[in-house]
Amino acid sequence: MSDGTQTNEVQTDETPAGIVKKMKKDKVTMQPFPAVSAGCNTCAVHNAANLFKLGVDMTEWDYVVALSGNPNVGKSTVFNALTGLHQHTGNWPGKTVARAEGGFEYGGARYKIVDLPGTYSLLATSLDEEVARDFILFGQPDVTVVVVDASRLERNLNLVLQILEITDRVVVALNLMDEAKRHGLQVDERQLARKLGVPVAPTVARYNEGMDGLLQAISDVATGKTVCRPHRFQSEPSDLRHAVDQLEREIRTLYPDLPNARWVALRLLDGDERIIQALRRGELGDLSRTGVDETADNIGLRLEGAAA
Amino acid sequence: MNNIGALVQQPSSQPLTSKEIINHAQAMRWQIGDDFHDKLMEATYAEAARIADSVVTRPDEKPRYDLDQTIDRLVTSRIWGFPIMLALFALVFWITIVGANYPSQLLADVLIGWLYPLLHTMADAIHLPWWLSGLLIDGAYLATAWVVSVMLPPMAIFFPLFTLLEDFGYLPRVAFNLDNAFKKAGAHGKQSLSMMMGFGCNAAGIVATRIIDSPRERLIAMITNNFALCNGRWPTQILLATIFVGLLVPAYLAGVISALTVMSVALLGVLLTFVVSWSLSRTVLKGEVSTFSLELPPYRPPRVLQTLYTSLIDRTIYVLWRAVIFALPAGMVIWLIANIQIGGVSLAQHIINLLDPLGVLIGLNGVILLAFIVAIPANEIVIPTILMLTILVTGISDVGAGAGVMFEANSDATTLAVLTAGGWTLLTAINTMLFSLIHNPCSTTIYTMYRESGSRKWTTVATLLPVAMGFLVTFFVAQVWRLFAGGF
Repeated sequence: MSDGTQTNEVQTDETPAGIVKKMKKDKVTMQPFPAVSAGCNTCAVHNAANLFKLGVDMTEWDYVVALSGNPNVGKSTVFNALTGLHQHTGNWPGKTVARAEGGFEYGGARYKIVDLPGTYSLLATSLDEEVARDFILFGQPDVTVVVVDASRLERNLNLVLQILEITDRVVVALNLMDEAKRHGLQVDERQLARKLGVPVAPTVARYNEGMDGLLQAISDVATGKTVCRPHRFQSEPSDLRHAVDQLEREIRTLYPDLPNARWVALRLLDGDERIIQALRRGELGDLSRTGVDETADNIGLRLEGAAA
Repeated sequence: MNNIGALVQQPSSQPLTSKEIINHAQAMRWQIGDDFHDKLMEATYAEAARIADSVVTRPDEKPRYDLDQTIDRLVTSRIWGFPIMLALFALVFWITIVGANYPSQLLADVLIGWLYPLLHTMADAIHLPWWLSGLLIDGAYLATAWVVSVMLPPMAIFFPLFTLLEDFGYLPRVAFNLDNAFKKAGAHGKQSLSMMMGFGCNAAGIVATRIIDSPRERLIAMITNNFALCNGRWPTQILLATIFVGLLVPAYLAGVISALTVMSVALLGVLLTFVVSWSLSRTVLKGEVSTFSLELPPYRPPRVLQTLYTSLIDRTIYVLWRAVIFALPAGMVIWLIANIQIGGVSLAQHIINLLDPLGVLIGLNGVILLAFIVAIPANEIVIPTILMLTILVTGISDVGAGAGVMFEANSDATTLAVLTAGGWTLLTAINTMLFSLIHNPCSTTIYTMYRESGSRKWTTVATLLPVAMGFLVTFFVAQVWRLFAGGF
């Protein structure tokens, strides 16, 4: 364990002021790294302001986790297994779509978990899809868990691929493994994780199997211990590739840090009104990853506030 | 297509404004053709298939006998779908009716036979004034005890059975079977699901209509949800079917016939759902029928223990608690109107006299109508209220415990004796069952409807339409009955 002292110096000054000093010191050393995943490993990256608009108050929580998936894949069962009795239900702000949220603690951190409506895609053709997509896009959850039916993997992967275009902080819960076995299917979860570039946790949520692995995977992605390298494939027809490339470059000139510029380019070309509107109103600007220094400052301020 | 190249060539090292980007995207959109969206989707599907192929290994053996598909072919078949559905629900009702008898009796013995006199003894011991012990023990406590002993056993049997069917995956098949009928009625296929929910509780059914996106179809689903016989009305149906209809046949057939009678009433409710949906969608709520895809999930072995636990906690206790909360004040109201005297006659008697002509006209009586008014907060207290008021009116003294005391008839025979003394005939029983199916929703449901629809107008329609229909149906039945049976 003493090997760790090189990067993790033992601080004798454990008072809040001391921690703030350490943060500020870290900030200096971190500045060269632009991506947050390489920076402060323990800070949440979520976008508290946007989350608040989406009805999630983050004051008591360290991380926010979105739970998505096709209908009938046991999403609610996973939700119940993760949250137990710590849950409550209501509506999405301004929408008549039911919503459940709950929380759990793992590894000393508090996780807020929001159950998104079950959808087959994220093209926003129905209210449910719009709600689910807006939360992943604008809420920028620290982790998005996609529950998939292992016995119907092909159909379920459509949603996973669409989510991976929007966010890279994804954990796939490969649920209903027992059913897949019953159908005589063998699913290689490690191969799937390699192909998708995100952690895959096999579960049988009905019988509470594999939940530890899922929690660990969520925690690893939330804290930045696992950095996802999601599989992004070229979904556009090849004769249009340069058009999409061009539009993506243009978007990047406006928002250099936008994590999903290519997806936005595709949505614009597809004539997605909601995304056009978001671009027009500058909502996408909020989504550019918060720089490391800014995050560290926020943490510092919070700690100073607590000390005062 | 060739023009895209020209558009792409624009230099863009300078940051562009969002407006420029949007305009540029729109300009390119004109060039790329209509099938862009489809091509994107196809590419995603192809990629998903490619990944799934490399990850999933199927055994070399031929596809095994697929149990799910075989079950589906049977339960959604044109010929067998409906008979199987009816048989399954009849079985559920039969188990509920037969199984609830003994625990109901046991609860009544404890709560009313033992605890009720004990409470009176205690009240006397601490010299509680008669009106206070009357209000609290004869009113509030007895109403609650009755509701608990009558409602708890059927609910504790019905809800888990229903949840087991749900857990097994059967309910989406019911929705599948009924989808076509709803479409023909101009309603949304998902209405079958909110109707199912309504069989448990109409307020829950109204909330469940949220799954319907189109406001027009959602309103239809809300207005007609009341025709799904809710949990609070099952005991009324079960009791009346048992003591009036069950008696018409030999004892060994009584259980089956009672169950079939209750099911006929429930089916009449389903029929009315279609009729009213059809009328609404062709008159005040015209519009297109929207399409949706209904996934039939795989069948899963139900988790029996967990189902028992959650349906007991989530549904049974919740619904029971609601009933108790409404039964407490209702019990007090009943005691009060029975004991407040105006001109030497109780308030209840005045109201009954007022309602009696109307009640008799539609094959009911003033007592029954007053009971339905008192029971607006909770349908489950209709029968206790009727019994209490009947005793008040007829002045029977050897059963029950006095004026305004809602009592537990300790056997079906006593209930029958009281009701017969109150002038009940088979017609009265049948019309009471009909009116219980077709009358205004309970106050919780009305309030939920207002909250969900945000419209006073539609809430009023949904409240008054069934009452008007109830009067029409019972009036019609009474006239036809009297024509053929003569008399009364």
